[in-house]
Parts: sequence; C-alpha cells; structure tokens
Amino acid sequence: MDQTILILAYLIGSVTFIIGLKMLSHPETARRGNLVAAAGMGIAILGTIFLYRQSEGGHLHNYGWIFSGLLVGGVIGVVAARRVKMTAMPEMVSMFNGMGGLCAALIAISEFYHLLHFNTTTVQGGFVLGFHIPKGEMVIIILEMIIGSISFSGSMVAFGKLNGKVKDFAFPAQQLVNMSIMAALLILGIYFIWITPHLSGISLEGLSQYIPAISPYVFCAVFVLALSYGILFVLPIGGADMPVVISLLNSCTGIAAACGGFLYNNAVMLTGGILVGSAGGILTVLMCKAMNRSLGNVLLGSFGGGAAAAKTSGGTQGSYKEISVNDAAVVLAYAHKVMIVPGYGLAVAQAQHACHELEKLLEERGVQVKYAIHPVAGRMPGHMNVLLAEADVSYDKLEEMDEANSEFPTADCVLVLGANDVVNPAARKDPSSPIFGMPILEVEQARTVIVNKRSMKPGYAGIENDLFFEPKTSMLFGDAKSVLQQLTSEIKNM
Amino acid sequence: MNVLSGFLQLHIELVYVVVLSIFLGIEVISRVPSVLHTPLMSGANAIHGVVIIGAIIVMGQADPHNVLALSIGMLAVIVGTLNVVGGFVVTDRMLEMFSRKPRK
Repeated sequence: MDQTILILAYLIGSVTFIIGLKMLSHPETARRGNLVAAAGMGIAILGTIFLYRQSEGGHLHNYGWIFSGLLVGGVIGVVAARRVKMTAMPEMVSMFNGMGGLCAALIAISEFYHLLHFNTTTVQGGFVLGFHIPKGEMVIIILEMIIGSISFSGSMVAFGKLNGKVKDFAFPAQQLVNMSIMAALLILGIYFIWITPHLSGISLEGLSQYIPAISPYVFCAVFVLALSYGILFVLPIGGADMPVVISLLNSCTGIAAACGGFLYNNAVMLTGGILVGSAGGILTVLMCKAMNRSLGNVLLGSFGGGAAAAKTSGGTQGSYKEISVNDAAVVLAYAHKVMIVPGYGLAVAQAQHACHELEKLLEERGVQVKYAIHPVAGRMPGHMNVLLAEADVSYDKLEEMDEANSEFPTADCVLVLGANDVVNPAARKDPSSPIFGMPILEVEQARTVIVNKRSMKPGYAGIENDLFFEPKTSMLFGDAKSVLQQLTSEIKNM
Repeated sequence: MNVLSGFLQLHIELVYVVVLSIFLGIEVISRVPSVLHTPLMSGANAIHGVVIIGAIIVMGQADPHNVLALSIGMLAVIVGTLNVVGGFVVTDRMLEMFSRKPRK
C-alpha cells in the first residue's frame, strides 16, 4: 500500500514539473506554474521521507539528521532568496544551481563510499565489494560525480564573476590544459568501468567482487580534476557570456540529478532532471542565438581573442560630443516620443526606480515614453523586464527588439542607459567586428540619441562603439541613478 | 557492447522516460517569450533540486555510527534543500513583480 502511494506521489511530482514548466512559459500563468511545481516537489519529498523503503524493506532512518538538514537548508534558502536584491538575481540563480550540483556530487561520493565500507578488509590487495554492482551503475556514479562537481565549481566561479569578485582570467595554452583535464577524466572514468568486474546476467552467490585498493584515491583524483575543470572552463569566459554559462550549468545539474534517478530507479528524479537538462539546453541555444554566436564559440572563448585584436586596431575614431544634464533635460522634456534603452549600467546602478520616476514625469508632460528591451540586455535574458517590473513600469510600455526597431524612426530622442554592445551599429555594418551579425537595437534611426555611460570605456565585448561618435549622438557621463535623478529634478523645475 | 545491452535490458523503462522527457523539455521551452527567460531558468533551476530526494535516501540509509557518512549526507541534504527552497522562492519573487502589473 505504502509503495503504491509513493509511486503515485512520484507520478504527481513528475506531472507537476511538466505542467509547472509549461505554465512558467506564459506570463499570466507563470506564477501559479511555479507554485504547482513547488507543491509537486513537496509531495515527492514528503513521500520519500515517510514511505521510501530500502531494498531490504526497512524504512529510512536518521530522521533527526534529515529534518535538521531540511530545516537548515530551508531557512538559509528562504532568507537568502528573500533578501537578495533584484539586480543580484542572476548571481543567486547561479549560486543555487551550484548547490544542486554539489548535492549530486555528494550523493555520488556517498554511494561510492557505500560500496567500499561494507567490507574494509583488503583481499589480494583490493577492496571486496559488499554487493554486486553492474558496470552500468558504476558508470552512473562516476558520471553523476563528474557532472555535479563541474556544475558546482563552475557555478561558484560564475557567481563570483557576476558579483565582481572574480576577474576574467586566461593563461596561454588554457584550451590545451582544459582538454587534457577532459581527457584525463575520460580515461579515469573508463578505468572505473574496467575495474568493475563484469557479471553476466546472473549474479553468482558467494563469488565476491573486488576492486583495486587504489581506486578510492583514483576516485578522489577524479573529484579534484572535475572541480578544477569547472573552474578553468568558466574562468576565461567573459562576464557578458555568464547567462549562457549559467544556463548550460543549469542543464548539467539537471543531468546530474537524472543520474541520481537512474541510481535509485527513481522516476521523479529522472523526469525532473532530464526535463531541466533538455529545457536548459534549449534555453542555452536560444540565448546564443540572441547573441548570434554558436555555443562552441562562447565556450572556447575565441571571442575574447578577436575582441582584443579589434580593440588595438580600433584606435581613434574621431571625437564625441558631451551634453550637460540641463540640455539633456530640455531635449527630453520637449520631445514627443522618447524611447529608453536600459542596459547593464542601469542594473548596476540600481536605477530602475529613478528611471520609472523620470518616465512618469515625462508622461505627465505629455511625452510618450517607451522602453526598448534587447533580448540579452542586462545580465540574463529577461533581466531588464524583471528589473523594470520591480519598479512598477507598466508591462505594455516594454517593447521587444523587432517592435522597437520599427519604432525608432518615429522617436525624437533615444535615451541609452548603460547599454553598449546591444546598440553598436558595427553589428550590422562592419563584417570584421566580433559582434557582426548580432541583432541590435537600431537606435541611430531616431532623431537624436543621448547615451548615458560612466565613461568611454568599451562594453563587455571590449570593442569601440561607433554610435558614440555619430553627430546625432551626445554623451551624458555619470552613474545612471544620479544622472536620472538630476534629469528628473531639472525637468520638475522647468 | 555487453555492458550497454545489459544496461538497456535492465533499465529499458527508464531509458524510455529519458528519451520522452528530452522531447517534452524541448517542446515546452521552445515557445517561451524572452521576457520570461530569467524566471524560467530560475524555475528550472528549482526543479532540478529534485536531486534532494537522492540526498534524503543517502542520509536515511547511512549507518548512524558512521560520522563521515552522516556528515556527507547531512551536507547533501542541506545544499539540496537550499537549491529547492531558494530556487522556488526566488522564482516566485520575480514573478510576483510581473503579476502585480496588469491590475494597476
């Protein structure tokens, strides 16, 4: 009976994940979708705690430990997720993703350890395994450990990069080192399959399997190598590409979770993990598409090399024009239609509320205000929408790229707030540019362009932006938040 | 080859589930407006927290006198819960801001 209920609980869990993901993909149902998936998760977890039977038929034990673990993790999780600022959301997702990866890696480590500790006596220089383990299971354990560890260390580096604690770091022959580590992981993985004695279908009672005494150390080596692979693989990738990396690692953690599903023959872990694995994979591809780059290009970081070359050849491109806050305020206040292009600079300065203030003030004066959102503006696709939504900007003021591009010619003024590469005309005009072909917001179609930036420093792609040197463009230097506040008070005093 | 066929025979149902889930995941995601990409990634992130079930099983099967096994299991349960709870709460917070809009 118990087992039937548990099976049903897992079935409900799997179905809610699918429905939840489906609902998450529509704006009206998204929030309920999240709750549906959370409820399904709750059912699956409670079912496991109370109904799961071990292979010998006994209930689980160590309830004290389990509940205190759930309590500690739950409290930290709620507090961290509640207190994190909206601008720091991508970091938080990366962090939680890393925790999932670590969890998968720890499960694999426990299972491996479990195999050995049944019998610690060594026979013929090897460990006698407590029970027969098929080669397939050994592959899964090793795979789960490797993928989980890579996901964990990679996510932690991505987390550090997004909050600015870890800088981009590349050394010569990095690709070679990464590939050697990958090759080593592959060889050691095969080693584990090789040392696991083969059983031909029927397990022979009394015949003991044993594996070489050195294997626990090799296992540790695999763990360390996988961790360092995660670090080395994320380190050289530029901050602008972090969303792609996080999405990819998210997908990896899903696969690691699915490995756990195989290990325990657990349907809900399997469906949940694989769903996220494939969904995350597709999301990664969609993000790459928005930046017009292949995944391989992002991961191998050839972008960085090309950008460095472009920077040196760029040199002086003429002069740019600066505009004072007063003049900018006049331009905005007497325009008919203003389009705002928010970018990473707005997110960093946490200027979304100040931006909304300015928008409201302009609307009161009869100026039509719209926001043009590039798919990869900010640090994650949809990041800008989340930020602006936080500041109560109305949903119908936000325009996606294609819509916005057809409207720029009718705008009197475009206000670019801390965006750079997504408005760089080189993506359309200069085939030698590393971002050539990336879809951009064609702000130069508007009558005037005011660009707010902190300095003339190039954006993430590390290339100069011709837009800034166009005659119709004026630069308004300063932190996005303080500039917006100054603009607001100037317009108020008019 | 033997290993593969043995594995397939043993787990054919699971293999089916995997293949079908892959297609399902692709189908569900490919029609998402880019506005929802961040919440969706965050929601998916919470869902792979289902790995916590594995952690609970590991913990529940650990020998109560084996401190090392208990500690590893405990850490797994804590980080797994962090992933699940934190993931769902963060996603809810993001979406809360979306749903507030139309009523205003």
